[in-house]
Amino acid sequence: MLLILIILSAGTGAVYLPFSEIVDIIKNKMGLAVDGPINAVHQGLFFQIRLPRTFLCVVVGAALSVSGALMQSLFRNPIVEPGLIGTSAGSALGAALVIVFGRASLLNSVSFLGELLMPAAAFLGGLVATMLVYYFSASLNRVNVSIMILAGIAINAIAGGATGFMAYIARDPQARSITFWNLGTLSGANWQAVIIVTVSTVVGFLLALRFAKPLNALQLGDAEAAYLGINTERMKISVILINTLLVSVATSMVGIIAFIGLIIPHLLRLLRGSDNRFLIIGAALLGAIVMILTDMICRIIIAPAEMPIGIITAFVGAPVFLWLLYRFKNNQQGGFYA
Amino acid sequence: MLSGAGISFKAGNKFLLEETTVNFLPGMFHVVMGANGAGKSTLLKILAGNQKPASGYVFLEGKDLNAFSKKLLAQKRAVLSQQYQITFPILVSDMVMMGRYPYYVQNPSKEDKEICNLALQTMQVQDLQERDYNSLSGGEAQKVQMSRVLAQVGTTNENSKKILFLDEPVSHLDLRYQHQLLQVAKELTQKHVTVIAVLHDINLALSFADRILFMKKGAITHDVSHPYDVDSAIIREVFDIDSKVILVGEKAKPVIVF
Repeated sequence: MLLILIILSAGTGAVYLPFSEIVDIIKNKMGLAVDGPINAVHQGLFFQIRLPRTFLCVVVGAALSVSGALMQSLFRNPIVEPGLIGTSAGSALGAALVIVFGRASLLNSVSFLGELLMPAAAFLGGLVATMLVYYFSASLNRVNVSIMILAGIAINAIAGGATGFMAYIARDPQARSITFWNLGTLSGANWQAVIIVTVSTVVGFLLALRFAKPLNALQLGDAEAAYLGINTERMKISVILINTLLVSVATSMVGIIAFIGLIIPHLLRLLRGSDNRFLIIGAALLGAIVMILTDMICRIIIAPAEMPIGIITAFVGAPVFLWLLYRFKNNQQGGFYA
Repeated sequence: MLSGAGISFKAGNKFLLEETTVNFLPGMFHVVMGANGAGKSTLLKILAGNQKPASGYVFLEGKDLNAFSKKLLAQKRAVLSQQYQITFPILVSDMVMMGRYPYYVQNPSKEDKEICNLALQTMQVQDLQERDYNSLSGGEAQKVQMSRVLAQVGTTNENSKKILFLDEPVSHLDLRYQHQLLQVAKELTQKHVTVIAVLHDINLALSFADRILFMKKGAITHDVSHPYDVDSAIIREVFDIDSKVILVGEKAKPVIVF
């Protein structure tokens, strides 16, 4: 399923590449014989634009969804997602700072380290924001949901305001890139971005799997998880770090993409319960698939132009979010999914 | 086995637990009783290692409790808390399997599964295995949680010497299952498991306990190791209520009436 979608997505866009042509292009690249000539422009398009973009979809979708699953389990709350608890906004602020102050000087240097500056700044921003929200809302043995949401709003407002301020004082091209990128966009995809996000996502994913069991136990409560032999404090810090790694690096490359991290874990929970091992693996796969689909819609819907992906995820995601709240409201007794 | 030496706990200026020295004996059924706010839960939390005492030490098998890793401690004692709030759906069988978390890394062994099945059977909830935990009634949920802690202290080794803490374990159960659950705990003591339970029903305590500790205002005021020694004076002092002890049946079992 994922593989088919990757190829389909690589074909979609202002210039449509039929499946057979893609097969020919790949064959040609691999040095195999093909019937007929190869369109060099299409080949370039495929390898330099379509393919990196598709791969970026895969890793960003996986990163955001895994992060959503982790955060929901950590906060023991179904409405948590990276956008709500400040990780995304904090990362965006970190990255915006680099766009305005740091990048101009580093843009000229070709060193890879310069490219890593933005993800690093995003990581710090996301980490500070998430930590703040968590420590405001975690009291004694439970997470105070109303404080969490309010703290999230406050942190998001601060980070959003600061990012807006950056856009205001920035020179015009920088400002446009900040604005565009607040809505999320995959159009800037290149192989370098793909490599950076792939590394962070794979590392984050593998680390996340190690915490699946402790996160399951945490569902009983802090004290109860400790009774089951889990070092809860260390686990929480680790999970927040992993979450920040996943979200901030992805965000630094594609901007804020809302709701993916919220919806994917829920679909999985509806399908087959809340074992975090299943959730983490499933979120990585389903997140990638949904992200590719969404990105394809963005490119098709107003072709030949394209829409920022954040708009689509908000339009589809927010109603799903409301639907979840509706279920919650009507199902207080039998549990959230009963 | 397990002991607290000079342990105390303060919240603000108020002692929730006065300096207390208490020793628990292996394979015994201990019941802790007292009015609300007498410090029972605080005592339990400190002994179970969830709360650091303001003073004093807890010793387990002769060693300071702090010297145990969380995992090793989890293999030595299990705790049934008063209540659990679970947000997300979880199968009853997965819930019970959590009791085995301290024993495996990635996948449960065959033995882990057998121990869980046995625990479910012991609590007579094997039919609930495939149910979502959140859809259970209060009593069913309590039985499932008991199965989970049974799985945690469960072992194929007869001389396990583990400790089981039960904080108001029967609060949601009907009469029959109150007795059934305490009977299960009682049978564990024959396998050298030490049970420390907080109960509110004095007559349940008299039926099952080997030793009753009465608490008042953060201190253990009476340490009774025979049910016949519980008299209306103690009840008066601890609960501030008048009562009468009557002896019932051929064995002259003491029952407290109010």
